[in-house]
Amino acid sequence: MRWSRDVAEHVIRLPDVGEGVAEAELVEWHVKVGDLVREDAILGAVMTDKATVEIPSPVEGKVLWLGANVGDVVAVGSNLVRLDVVGEEGEGAAVAPAPAAVPSPKPKIVATAPEPAPVAPPAPATERAAPSRPPLRQALGGGAPRAEGEKPLAAPAVRLRAREAGIDLRQVVGTGPAGRITHEDLDAVFAKGPEGARVHVRQARTAVEDIKVVGMRRRIAEKMSAARSIPHITYVEEIDVTAVEELRAALNAGKRQDQPRLSFLPFLMRAMVRAIDEQPNLNAHFDDEAGIIHQHAGVHIGIAAQTPTGLMVPVVKHAEALDLWGMGAELNRLAEAAKAGVATREELTGSTITITSLGAMGGVVTTPIINHPEVAIVGVNKMMTRPVWDGATFIPRKMMNLSSSFDHRVIDGWDAAVFIQRIKTLLETPAMIFIES
Amino acid sequence: MKEISCKLLVIGAGPGGYTCAIRAGQLGFDTVIVEAKKAGGTCLNVGCIPSKALIHAAEEFDALAHMVNGGSPLGISAQSPTLDLAKTIAWKDGIVGRLNSGVAGLLKKAGVKVIVGWATFRDGKTVEVATELGPQVVRAEQVVIATGSEAVTLPFLPFGERVISSTGALALTEVPEKLVVVGGGYIGLELGTAFAKMGSKVTVAEAQSRILPQYDAELTRPVSKRLRELGIEVLTGAKAKGLKRDGLSVETEAGNETTLAADKILVTVGRRPLTAGWGLEDIDLTMDGPFIRIDEQCRTSMRGVFAIGDVTGEPMLAHRAMAQGEMVAEIIAGKKRIWDKISIPAVCFTDPEIVTVGLSPDEARATGIEITTGQFPFQANGRAMTLGNESGFIRVVARADNHVLLGLQGVGAGVAELSAAFSLALEMGARLEDVAATIHAHPTQSEAFLEAALGALGHAIHI
Repeated sequence: MRWSRDVAEHVIRLPDVGEGVAEAELVEWHVKVGDLVREDAILGAVMTDKATVEIPSPVEGKVLWLGANVGDVVAVGSNLVRLDVVGEEGEGAAVAPAPAAVPSPKPKIVATAPEPAPVAPPAPATERAAPSRPPLRQALGGGAPRAEGEKPLAAPAVRLRAREAGIDLRQVVGTGPAGRITHEDLDAVFAKGPEGARVHVRQARTAVEDIKVVGMRRRIAEKMSAARSIPHITYVEEIDVTAVEELRAALNAGKRQDQPRLSFLPFLMRAMVRAIDEQPNLNAHFDDEAGIIHQHAGVHIGIAAQTPTGLMVPVVKHAEALDLWGMGAELNRLAEAAKAGVATREELTGSTITITSLGAMGGVVTTPIINHPEVAIVGVNKMMTRPVWDGATFIPRKMMNLSSSFDHRVIDGWDAAVFIQRIKTLLETPAMIFIES
Repeated sequence: MKEISCKLLVIGAGPGGYTCAIRAGQLGFDTVIVEAKKAGGTCLNVGCIPSKALIHAAEEFDALAHMVNGGSPLGISAQSPTLDLAKTIAWKDGIVGRLNSGVAGLLKKAGVKVIVGWATFRDGKTVEVATELGPQVVRAEQVVIATGSEAVTLPFLPFGERVISSTGALALTEVPEKLVVVGGGYIGLELGTAFAKMGSKVTVAEAQSRILPQYDAELTRPVSKRLRELGIEVLTGAKAKGLKRDGLSVETEAGNETTLAADKILVTVGRRPLTAGWGLEDIDLTMDGPFIRIDEQCRTSMRGVFAIGDVTGEPMLAHRAMAQGEMVAEIIAGKKRIWDKISIPAVCFTDPEIVTVGLSPDEARATGIEITTGQFPFQANGRAMTLGNESGFIRVVARADNHVLLGLQGVGAGVAELSAAFSLALEMGARLEDVAATIHAHPTQSEAFLEAALGALGHAIHI
């Protein structure tokens, strides 16, 4: 295959990346000007409200121009990339899949190989005939680089060692003959790992790295700024969770195989649903511009969760309609989707009240920031065994603090305290969670 | 009804199944293996092993027969030899018996429980085994299906007294005077050649246009030549039609119907996966044509159910099944394993033998890679001369750009043993230069491998 000079320009526009989405933020480029890209190669990624969408190239060609910088907000339909599109010249009828004509960072390599004659004469016809001697290619020193999509060359023991260490050999540079990956190449990968780069000498560092706040981080920053104007009241109470923990252990021990393992959260969510029954004004959105409180009948609990890409708040919809097991299953499903980055927009929006938990990192007290426009957020602190005075002696109890914030413009301190005290009562006498009033 | 539970249940104790069970036992799992017949499967009982025993006996007899009345250039003269096939078969059965008990011993040593009987799935994790002592239910966390394959039959040639399968051929106690082999694949040619050497008049009827169609014509040419020397008549493009009183009716390539006189008719028209009779239909696995579909970890479409060996596809070879079995046991043990083999070697015990590993020249070209090849004939190999068998050659196929080996083929006496060197070279990612720079012992036939690599580099020494 040859790059034809008879080229056309192909413009790639930002596609419609989601219902009702008018613009998206460019979060990364996978190519730069001058790169050759194959059809379906990923050019870059944009982020809409909370989903990241990759932009593939519909054609093969050379990148001439990129229409945005990382961090820019791009309107749907605007020009994103201009490609120099290559076509084949008329003569070569049946074109073999491009053989190894892949650009490489090393400039000197591979003048595109002439295609083998379609009907190469088969090797010598008789046993006596001399072996065929095709023209040899010299300068095989390090060997030709591996073409894209080609299997890496490595001995079985090297493959096994890489697999066990979770190393993708396609990402490893082979220094052996013909690019073969050796044990030494793997050693080099291990040496470079996070453990390898330790600074041994203490010295003052003066560099300042400017990190553009983009994507998920920017979304979070914007939300937090919006919430800052809310006057928060934060209320911390101590809960004795010994009983609910015993109940949880018993339920988990006796659960059916198809039932999820329960964490503490479903119990808290159940208690919140019960408390909201009595105080529906806490399950609301406050539209401060319009001066309206939208009090929701359905309890949609957002669960703030740390994922590899940042803070996400998947939402358990209609918690009032779920039992413990249903909540547990839904939590697991959402957590996995959020971790894998496949949570839908639908699953990441629409909460009416939020729980924030840092698990083992939960600390003693936090000051949670309200998830605007909600009016309440319940923060879970670390569970620990503490000595508790029962009137006669100190006994070990499993204790946990709840640090909760409320929008003081619409929730009074009294309401906040009643809400949390109700949750405390329910959790400390967990049978009450299940008794319908 | 008795019920037992285990971590791993293997169905079928052929090469794949027993290897899997032994490895699982070594890894400390509570493992059960179910086998309806004897441990070792087709390979050990009625395939690879017994056929090689018979082929060896036939070669010995044939060599001796050529020494009668000073007919040997080696200067050896012998009295006319005789063959007691019943005794040969008993010797073969002794080997099979030793290996049976060997496998049983290895299973026992690994702590594997063996249940003799026919297993039928109740659901994906439960089978019912019909044993001599009544039904036995086995529940397992993980199941490996290793049911293997069976000989394809022709509806108009049902097996019986005169029409036999390869299994029947390996149990004959008298050499048939006239043997017709239906199917010119490797099984038919291996056995046909053996019987010709033992004195049968052998005719091979192959429906396709040439024998051993999976190999290129260059590789099979020495075999064709040897078949002619042995007096074996090969009819290509010939379709078997049915039984006649004195033989087999065939339609020749020209369209004429003729009868091939035969005392025995050996039908070797291929093998098919054994997917019926054990409840596959009840567990509804995704299929891949006639085979069970598996992924690169031998997982089927059902969680916790693996499949290995012939039931999963071509090539139906014991060593593929064994490698899969070992891998699956390790996957179940939580090790990170994946089927990442470069090649599966194949050997054919015709006369001369054929060995292939990796891509043939045509297959390599078909991938769009520019290749270079090198070939060295055994006629120029000293060791081949001293063995009195100079037919055949070694061929190397490598990438033209970086000389990485893509395929290795050989045809010649005893070349099956070269499969180890060939496979190792491919798995290690060897280049022509690696083979060329490795000392190959003299005098051996393996020197032809070295010379073929040198030939591809343009500087063979001995030609």
